[in-house]
Amino acid sequence: MLKISGLSKVYPTGTAALKNVSFIVEDPKVVTIIGPSGAGKSTLIRCINRLVEPTSGTIMLDDVDILALNRRDLRKVRRRMGMIFQEYNLVERLTVMENLLSGRLGYVGFWRTYRRAFPPKDVVAAFALLERVGLSGYQSTRADALSGGERQRVGISRALMQQPDLLLVDEPTASLDPKTSRQIMRILVELAHERGTPALVNMHDVGLAQSFADRVIGLRGGEIVFDGPADRVTANVLTEIYGEEDWSTTIRKVEGETEKPARGPSDGKDSLVRESLA
Amino acid sequence: MMPTSSLTDRADAPQWHRTRTIENPWARHGLTALAVVYLVWSLATLEINWSRAADGLPRAVNMILRMLPPDFSRWSLLIRGTLESVQMAVAASFFGMILAVPLGICGASNLVPKPVYLAARAFIILSRTFHEIIVAIFFVKIFGFGPLAGVLTLIVASTSFISKMLAEDIENMPPGQLEAIRATGATFPQLLIFCVSPQGLPRYLGVSIYRLDANLRHSTVVGIVGAGGIGQVLAASFSRYDYDFSLAILLTIVSLVFVGEFFSNWVRNQLR
Repeated sequence: MLKISGLSKVYPTGTAALKNVSFIVEDPKVVTIIGPSGAGKSTLIRCINRLVEPTSGTIMLDDVDILALNRRDLRKVRRRMGMIFQEYNLVERLTVMENLLSGRLGYVGFWRTYRRAFPPKDVVAAFALLERVGLSGYQSTRADALSGGERQRVGISRALMQQPDLLLVDEPTASLDPKTSRQIMRILVELAHERGTPALVNMHDVGLAQSFADRVIGLRGGEIVFDGPADRVTANVLTEIYGEEDWSTTIRKVEGETEKPARGPSDGKDSLVRESLA
Repeated sequence: MMPTSSLTDRADAPQWHRTRTIENPWARHGLTALAVVYLVWSLATLEINWSRAADGLPRAVNMILRMLPPDFSRWSLLIRGTLESVQMAVAASFFGMILAVPLGICGASNLVPKPVYLAARAFIILSRTFHEIIVAIFFVKIFGFGPLAGVLTLIVASTSFISKMLAEDIENMPPGQLEAIRATGATFPQLLIFCVSPQGLPRYLGVSIYRLDANLRHSTVVGIVGAGGIGQVLAASFSRYDYDFSLAILLTIVSLVFVGEFFSNWVRNQLR
């Protein structure tokens, strides 16, 4: 599905953010990318949809060579990749519904955009997603009136409105409290599995990354130093990625959680999501 | 004895001083001395002719006496001039608002390629270089006396002002929102409609209303060089020594500006 080979990025300042990065994502799996700040996680995600232009390498999405595309074809391939951000990046003064529908911009023309005249099936899909993420009835609320967790639910929904073949997720929980982080990760992972969409997720929180990922990629200094199943992330692996540290608390926390999947005390919205899952 | 004071008594006690903008005391005090010397020197070389200033005083009294009471008898001329000024201000604001949109977008470095940005910014700076009076003289020379020259002057001023504000407002937008909309595969016009416009609209309208208020004031000024409106009537009355009529015009301008200011504040409060 996604094949990255020899990807490098050198910023104009001379910083080499990525050095010869190669990996393949074949199945619809959740792949978390962990690594210290400045390891190149954000750059890697942004190179895939060319919000950042890579210096060299190739990125293939199915049989499309992303780095060879002109602007028009790049827009077409961007429609196939949904992106979710740390700071949510909603258009603050637009309503929740408009933010969701912005995920369909790649498929509608100028005048339909201007008049907000999206095809009825898009609106139906948006309502279904709102219900799915536990935001029923929020369609006319302005984005700047939402809490952090609610905003990220909208962010996830906007990305899924694109019906993407790949989800690019940049630190989805770094601005959220621990409980909300788990709820958001759960929704994200559930939806990715449900729809069979592979997801690349940058994460700061190793415990969270491990408990929700199928596969973990470790970046250090722009290079891949670990690539394997989540349960093979050991203290040695973390030392390899982040450097020497006492990892026992991190690992134990992870083990505790993988045994019995964490369920925070449920609020109304979250139970709604779980019901629709059952 | 307090334990802290025993600490400060020690010879190796840490010391702290405020950091100054200019650390070197010679440079710092030298600059102050230089400023004082310049002030004294410039006062000394001003060559104020005190006898001439004294002569002016009775003339001023005479002028004020001739101004009183204000003469509103030629009210039709007054109203025509005022209406012309208001029309000039409204028309200039309207066209300025429209022309400022493309110019402002092209002047936002986060939206357009560098050459477009530089060209637009150069154009904005160029049209802001000259004071309205100079631009008005220019247009009066080309199109003759009358409101056309005034409107054109104010359009130039409004366009450059609103577009500069708009461009800076767009540049200050959080980059994430633009990034997110771009990542959906949206085209540039869609980006404008779905992100730039909703985020920038309130301030754009606010700036435009402020400009309408400013145009009202400026329309009275450009008339003095013959570009129409109440200012032209004022200039004519001064040159004919109709000081009582001049005062009537000045009072009218004051009330006009008051109303404009009040209206502009009210609208901008509504927008918040």
